[in-house]
Amino acid sequence: MTGLFRRVAETGRPEIAITVDGHAVTALEGDTILTALLVAGDRLRFNEFDKMPRAGFCLMGACQDCRVWTEDGHELRACSTSVTPGLRIVTKEVPWTRP
Amino acid sequence: MDAPVIVVIGAGPAGTRAAQTLACAGLRPIVLDENQRQGGQIYRRQPENFTRAPAKLYGASAAAATALHADFEALRPSLDYQPETLAWGVSGDMLLTECRGHADAVRFDGLIIASGATDRIMPCPGWTLPGVFSLGGSQIALKAQACAIGQAPVFMGTGPLLYLVAWQYLQAGVKPRAVLDTSSLTTRLRGLGGLRRRPAVLAQGLRYMAGLARAGITLRSGIRPVRIESRQDGETPCAGAVIWKDGQGRTHRTDCDAVGIGYGLRSETQLADLLKCDFAFDATSRQWLPVTDRDGATSRAGVYLAGDGAGIRGADAAESAGALAALRCLQDIGRPVMEGEMTRLRAALEPMNGFRHGLETGFPWPWRHAAGLPDDTVVCRCENVTAGDIRRAAGPLDSPEINRAKAFVRVGMGRCQGRMCGLAAAEILAAARGVAIEEAGRVRSAAPLKPLPAKIRGVVT
Repeated sequence: MTGLFRRVAETGRPEIAITVDGHAVTALEGDTILTALLVAGDRLRFNEFDKMPRAGFCLMGACQDCRVWTEDGHELRACSTSVTPGLRIVTKEVPWTRP
Repeated sequence: MDAPVIVVIGAGPAGTRAAQTLACAGLRPIVLDENQRQGGQIYRRQPENFTRAPAKLYGASAAAATALHADFEALRPSLDYQPETLAWGVSGDMLLTECRGHADAVRFDGLIIASGATDRIMPCPGWTLPGVFSLGGSQIALKAQACAIGQAPVFMGTGPLLYLVAWQYLQAGVKPRAVLDTSSLTTRLRGLGGLRRRPAVLAQGLRYMAGLARAGITLRSGIRPVRIESRQDGETPCAGAVIWKDGQGRTHRTDCDAVGIGYGLRSETQLADLLKCDFAFDATSRQWLPVTDRDGATSRAGVYLAGDGAGIRGADAAESAGALAALRCLQDIGRPVMEGEMTRLRAALEPMNGFRHGLETGFPWPWRHAAGLPDDTVVCRCENVTAGDIRRAAGPLDSPEINRAKAFVRVGMGRCQGRMCGLAAAEILAAARGVAIEEAGRVRSAAPLKPLPAKIRGVVT
């Protein structure tokens, strides 16, 4: 699988290890979650109605089409949330946690 | 008596200059910014550990961007700056806010809204495929994340941003496959009168176009998008080609691995709507905008608008408008202001109005395309509502305006509240009913303006 995004500069930043749907993904410090996922892959989420893949759209917090979840159930807007070491993301279904 | 509390929403060119003006008058304004760092979208800053020079990020606007950032940093001790903070609702004279899961309520005596704009979008079949981004988003990927949306992108739509983004990609080493503009050369000539009001900006735009042409990039005018087709390397279907018609009606196919689309900008007006400010239909941009006087004062006392959130005039105008709205706010609360400075700012804004008219005339929103969208085209990407669904709401379900259609078929009811689809949806409804666009109305805003975490902490009084 090739990524949608291509890095064109700023590639010397320290690496940050995150986990996406159980798989290890290497991001760079300063990446948004959207950047990390689209450099490594080709989608972020699935539309709730037609179940088709989506990869965000506006990148400025307006369209809300880049929402993913942490493994413990927090919803994140991928375009405006930076990656942090050890971040564990799920894209396929909303995880439900016990209160 | 306590010092009046003035709140500024947004920290782009308008919000920054408004805050600066208030701080210079001895107040300590609260600045609520949804972004992580000051700068807004056009002068958006890269993360702190990035090292590219301002000229790489902002091109011809590098000096303006750098000055806006530096002035803000110098002001920081005089401001209550709250980044990553969303103003999502209004209760009386309180703004309801959220920051990283914490709720708060901020009382205001004066409010300057500098909420900016987003891309104006005309959907086309295939626009929800991964690999299709807004033009503004394509630029943010490059500016704020040093990424291209693909290796062989097509940029499609209209407006100066189309050429700026294509040129910035070229400079970054990514050659666009094509730049496809729905406005024709004849139309653009018609806008020239207004565009000439700002000769330096016009010249810069022509230089970008010439640079792209010299690099051998296909530049086409008067096109009509047909659809974006998918390619599939892995398990995900992604944008793979743009099918479009030229001015003579011939069909073309341009292979690509990404598409950036945008048709000028639309103002973010939701907060003014929640504050019950009066709106009026603006025939130039074919959208409903809050009513303001020349200083940015709205119909609601103590509430002012500045920058692209009040009407699209660009970053330079936004800086002047931010300062002017702040002076007017100070004047209205009885603080002494220099009348001469207000006169100077009003004069500086005057040619911007002509320029804006030139832009809308030269690079018009292709509203007629809405009527031609196939029934199965997704228009509302949140709720997956199609053009056919909207026509069903307009016809058989007899919705006279867009909010009734929203109640029937959920168009504009999703997470984005119609920011992406609202203008196109109204055009589809108006065309289906054969009425003028102003009769189709505008998607009403509702709190929360953007999704909030279900588990929000803090007390709202």
